[in-house]
Amino acid sequence: MIELQNVTKRYGETVAVDGVSLTVTEGELLVLLGDSGSGKTTTLKMVNRLIDATSGVIRLDGEDVREVPEHILRRRVGYVFQKVGLFPHMTVAENIAITPKLLGWEASTIQRRVNELLEMVELDPAVMRERRPTELSGGQQQRVGVARALAATPKVMLLDEPFGALDPLTRDRLQHSFMRIRKENHLTAIFVTHDMVEALILGDRIAVMRAGRLVQIGTPHELMVEPTDEYVQQLMGTPKRQAHLVDELMAKGPQ
Amino acid sequence: MTEQLALLPEYLTAHLQLTLVALLLGITFSVPLGMFITRLGWIKQPIMGCASVIQTIPSLALLAIMVPVLASLNLQSIGYLPAIIGLTLYSILPILRNTVAGLESVDPALIEAARGVGMTPAQQLRRVELPVAMPVIVAGIRTATVWTVGIATLATPVGATSLGNYIFTGLQTRNFTAVLVGCVAASILALVLDGLVRALEVAAQRRNRALAVAVLGVFGVLCLFAGAPIARNLFSQSRDRITIGAKTFTEQYILSEIMARTIHEETGLDTTVMQSLGSTVAFDALRTGGLDVYVDYSGTIWATIMKRDQLPDDRTEVLSAVARYLADEHGIVQVGALGFENAYALAMRERQASNLGIRRISDLTPHAPRLSMGGDYEFFGRPEWRDIRDAYGLHFASKRSMDSSLMYQAAANGSIDVISAFSTDGRIAALNLRVLEDDRGVIPPYDAVILVSPVLARKHPAVVESLRRLVGTIDADRMRQMNLSVDELGRTPADVAAEFLREGALTPLRRSQSN
Repeated sequence: MIELQNVTKRYGETVAVDGVSLTVTEGELLVLLGDSGSGKTTTLKMVNRLIDATSGVIRLDGEDVREVPEHILRRRVGYVFQKVGLFPHMTVAENIAITPKLLGWEASTIQRRVNELLEMVELDPAVMRERRPTELSGGQQQRVGVARALAATPKVMLLDEPFGALDPLTRDRLQHSFMRIRKENHLTAIFVTHDMVEALILGDRIAVMRAGRLVQIGTPHELMVEPTDEYVQQLMGTPKRQAHLVDELMAKGPQ
Repeated sequence: MTEQLALLPEYLTAHLQLTLVALLLGITFSVPLGMFITRLGWIKQPIMGCASVIQTIPSLALLAIMVPVLASLNLQSIGYLPAIIGLTLYSILPILRNTVAGLESVDPALIEAARGVGMTPAQQLRRVELPVAMPVIVAGIRTATVWTVGIATLATPVGATSLGNYIFTGLQTRNFTAVLVGCVAASILALVLDGLVRALEVAAQRRNRALAVAVLGVFGVLCLFAGAPIARNLFSQSRDRITIGAKTFTEQYILSEIMARTIHEETGLDTTVMQSLGSTVAFDALRTGGLDVYVDYSGTIWATIMKRDQLPDDRTEVLSAVARYLADEHGIVQVGALGFENAYALAMRERQASNLGIRRISDLTPHAPRLSMGGDYEFFGRPEWRDIRDAYGLHFASKRSMDSSLMYQAAANGSIDVISAFSTDGRIAALNLRVLEDDRGVIPPYDAVILVSPVLARKHPAVVESLRRLVGTIDADRMRQMNLSVDELGRTPADVAAEFLREGALTPLRRSQSN
């Protein structure tokens, strides 16, 4: 479904992404995991050409993304931004309706779709439709962000650390909502995060990136069991170490 | 007060029209320009620099400079066109600056989101960047609105009617009610327009269609109100309007009214008076047909337009030389002299003059280094002053340009010692000033002459005939007395002009002229 072949992005002398090749099959969720500066977000943005690759080929559904006009390509791909990026001068309903509107859907169809999407992201259409983004909590804003990305029923979704800025409880709820939504809609997705736990919970497979290179790609289990290098091993070890610490704390009992 | 308020509809509509048209042009020019230069980074600095430079030109100068510029392009050089161009130029900077600032302040994350949802660059601009930047852009438009309403009062000296007519004539004729009416009306207009723009912004933000419709309705009514004179002119195109000019002092206001009334009564043609024109503005306008009639002074034309310095001995010789020059060089018809002279003269307080023993200008020379000199705005730039200065070797302790109506008062109360007075000014006698004799005969004679544009003379010989009846009907005493009625007794120029014509002062002379 999504195919990257030897994709490289250079900014002058610096190489942000260095010869990355990977494939995401239909219905699969691939997590791109790495530190800041590892090239994961750049890799994601090259898929819908928010950034153009310097070399290499990216295919969506077998079609080279460079052969499709940028805006047409992006209308087919749902994108959820790290900074949410809701338009402050539009209501929630208008924000969600953007891509269908750009595609020229009928007004009544759009209205129905907006209600459907609000319910899907667990927001009450009657209450939320006419609200402005500034009137929403962070969690609510990103729910709208997800709804907007899904509005034109894309088959492919790209998510750039969508829950990174949320508090732990809200993040937990949104992760669960998202798992359900993705199953229901049979989405193919690339999900960027630097949060190990999130990667383990959400990812069918995880691609670990470091300094622009793809270090290892595999199921969470494969990465745990057979890390190809020390970096992956340490990275995969963090959730366990943290869980261990929590267990110890509980064992001590009340003091 | 009532007679001032009677003028309000005319001045206010003209003012509104200037303001609205200039603002609309300013917005349609500056907002797209702002969008363009934020996209093309390198061009931004030079363009913003140009806009800033325009803004630093004093507003009166910016408007006035349009007159020669347009004249050199053979376009209508006084009145509406130079005013509109000047005002539009002036409105550019605030709108442009805020458009650029507004667009640049849009969060890059929003622009990326706009791309991400599949907008083309044009859609990003129209659906996201402009709406998000709108409050900042509107703030710029509001600044421009308030400025334009204020600066439009300066359209009067370039020949466009505005609320500035109140202010300029009021200052010249010491009618402070008129000045006040003009200022208050301009302030209210600024507040109203600013409030309307703000209301429109609120309506857009809150998606309040009713409010938007209401505000647009008010704007529509204002446009109709402002546009009515244009429409009327379009429909009455067949009827000619004779435009009579007046320079910026009392005598000119009175004479322009006398001529306007005479033309209307004798020929039935409609007339308009363009008040408070600069001296050379009036001449240029007459030459190019922007103005039909005005009164100038033989000495002024001799010195500033013909640029001669050798004076003939005789007053009539200057008159006929000027008439020949005007006809040959510009096709302007000099209808004739009104009968009085309004000469530049040096005047000082009677007491100081007698204490120092000054009777003639040459007596002044040794005292000048301890005295201060005041002149009207034009005086120190005119060749007459250079001639006087050089011929008598005058070197004053200080020189100051000021409004001529304030100058006499300043001389009377001792703030200034010597002033450039007009010999017909009633205040010379009223304030006990002494006119110094030009003993070396440097100052040319200044016979007041009626000048008619080549176009009018060709098209309406009857107007020239009607004006001929005024020739030789006003002597210096009469003029002085009429000036004093306005300057000290607070009557309006129109009122004084009407009285002059009612008294039938023309009749006896008219007969003798026509024989």
